[in-house]
Amino acid sequence: MPAAELAVQGLVKAFPGPLPVLDGVSFDVAAGEFVSVIGPSGCGKSTLFNVIAGLDRPDAGRVLVDGADATGRVDPFAYMPQQDLLFPWRTVLDNTTLGLEVAGIGRAAARERARRLFVPFGLAGFENARPFELSGGMRQRAALLRTVVQDRPVLLLDEPFGALDSMTRTDMQTWLAQVRTRFDWTVLLITHDIREAVFLSDRVVVLAPRPTRVHREVPVGLPQPRTAGMITSPGFAAVEAELLDALRARL
Amino acid sequence: MSETEIHPRTVPPVPAPRTAAAPAPRSPGSRLRGLLGRIGPALLLVSVGLLAWQWCVTAFAIRPQVLPSPARVLEQGWAYRDQIWANTVPTLQVTAVGFAVSLALGWALAVAVDFSPWLRRALTPLLVASQTLPIIAIAPLLIIWFGFGLLPKVVVIALVTFFPVAVGLIEGFAATDRQATNLLRSMGATRWQQFRYVRLPGAMPAFFTALRIGITYAVTGAIFAEYVGATAGLGIFMNLQKNSFRTDLVLAAVAVTALLSITLFALTHVVQRLLIPWYGKDRRARG
Repeated sequence: MPAAELAVQGLVKAFPGPLPVLDGVSFDVAAGEFVSVIGPSGCGKSTLFNVIAGLDRPDAGRVLVDGADATGRVDPFAYMPQQDLLFPWRTVLDNTTLGLEVAGIGRAAARERARRLFVPFGLAGFENARPFELSGGMRQRAALLRTVVQDRPVLLLDEPFGALDSMTRTDMQTWLAQVRTRFDWTVLLITHDIREAVFLSDRVVVLAPRPTRVHREVPVGLPQPRTAGMITSPGFAAVEAELLDALRARL
Repeated sequence: MSETEIHPRTVPPVPAPRTAAAPAPRSPGSRLRGLLGRIGPALLLVSVGLLAWQWCVTAFAIRPQVLPSPARVLEQGWAYRDQIWANTVPTLQVTAVGFAVSLALGWALAVAVDFSPWLRRALTPLLVASQTLPIIAIAPLLIIWFGFGLLPKVVVIALVTFFPVAVGLIEGFAATDRQATNLLRSMGATRWQQFRYVRLPGAMPAFFTALRIGITYAVTGAIFAEYVGATAGLGIFMNLQKNSFRTDLVLAAVAVTALLSITLFALTHVVQRLLIPWYGKDRRARG
């Protein structure tokens, strides 16, 4: 499935309480673009994600994929939660095929499709291992493999590296920056890590805290593919400073 | 669904995997030591207790009708081994049938409750109430209603073991990670698929805990049901021996009951290791 464009239009979502959590959130993600959403903690990032992913229904607003209404639908999105959620009763390979099995694809065909991604995902040789035999970074790559192998138009990654130690996180970011230039993915990433957002994204959406609206959109004009050396470049620092300012202005 | 997009155009480099070292396979020797380490303390404690008991009986010249020495219990138990065995088999049968019924009911109810919040609200009070029934008062009534056969005993065992099994399973299903449920929903999983792929396997550790509690209750339940009225079984054997002041044989039957419970308890661990081999390894890996 080719990468699709995503449009989020005026999403409103309230839970019992004084303020709506989402108060008209709108932004676009072009086909093949990598966009990060950052915001202070508790600003409703996860609610936004659940609404986009079709897990929660918005009170108002729409989600469009390639122009078609996808509000409340799960099938255009492959969702990767913060925890790896690899199940210990399945082998690594069978964990990665779970989404395909749920979709009714036969076991052999599902395994064949997932197996092809084990080399680029650095998991070759671990097909029949159990999740607890993997390191933290490998577990996260297996979770990402399980996400992308579903071949859905848009990838939603919810703080995928949040639980990793900082060395492993840097490795994973470098790896993802490279692997994503070789696939045709539309990615929306939630993070609270400004550096991660700059390093991985084409554009960063800054959310203002509750009630949550889009506060700024900052393009990242760094060349692709990103390399670890860019983190110390002046261009990188400038974008980082701009985002930091944008976040501070709202606090 | 085309395959070209998902296939890498070139293979990107991969960070060196930081793999957790696989645990080294354990040698038979260390396994034996491990077993000894686990049951050694219990064996030691029991031995000390038995020795103290033996010494008291001898030192204070207690009559065997009041308190026989462990040696006498062993000796008389061995002398009457045919009778004891003949009464152990029916008890085992009753336990097996009763517990099987209890498991079937517990599973059916727990699955039903997991799929229906309405049933959960309707049945939870009944489940709790079933535990407050004074079995000691009800068991004789069961004999009056159902006779001396299998049925009243199965009912007693089901009454005492059904609750831990059902509650263990219900809570095991309900303990499913919310994020895991969301992940499955995002994949488009139906409620049944969520149950099959996550809730059911995830509840297995809780089920085995419940199974262990249930199986020990099942043996005591069987003994109790037989004590009230039966044609054969360790329960009725104990009752008859008590009436003829054969305290030693009562205690011999008690020892057999304890052995039975421990064996069944250990058996649940064996079954667990066969059915969910991932569980222990996963827990060890997480530390």
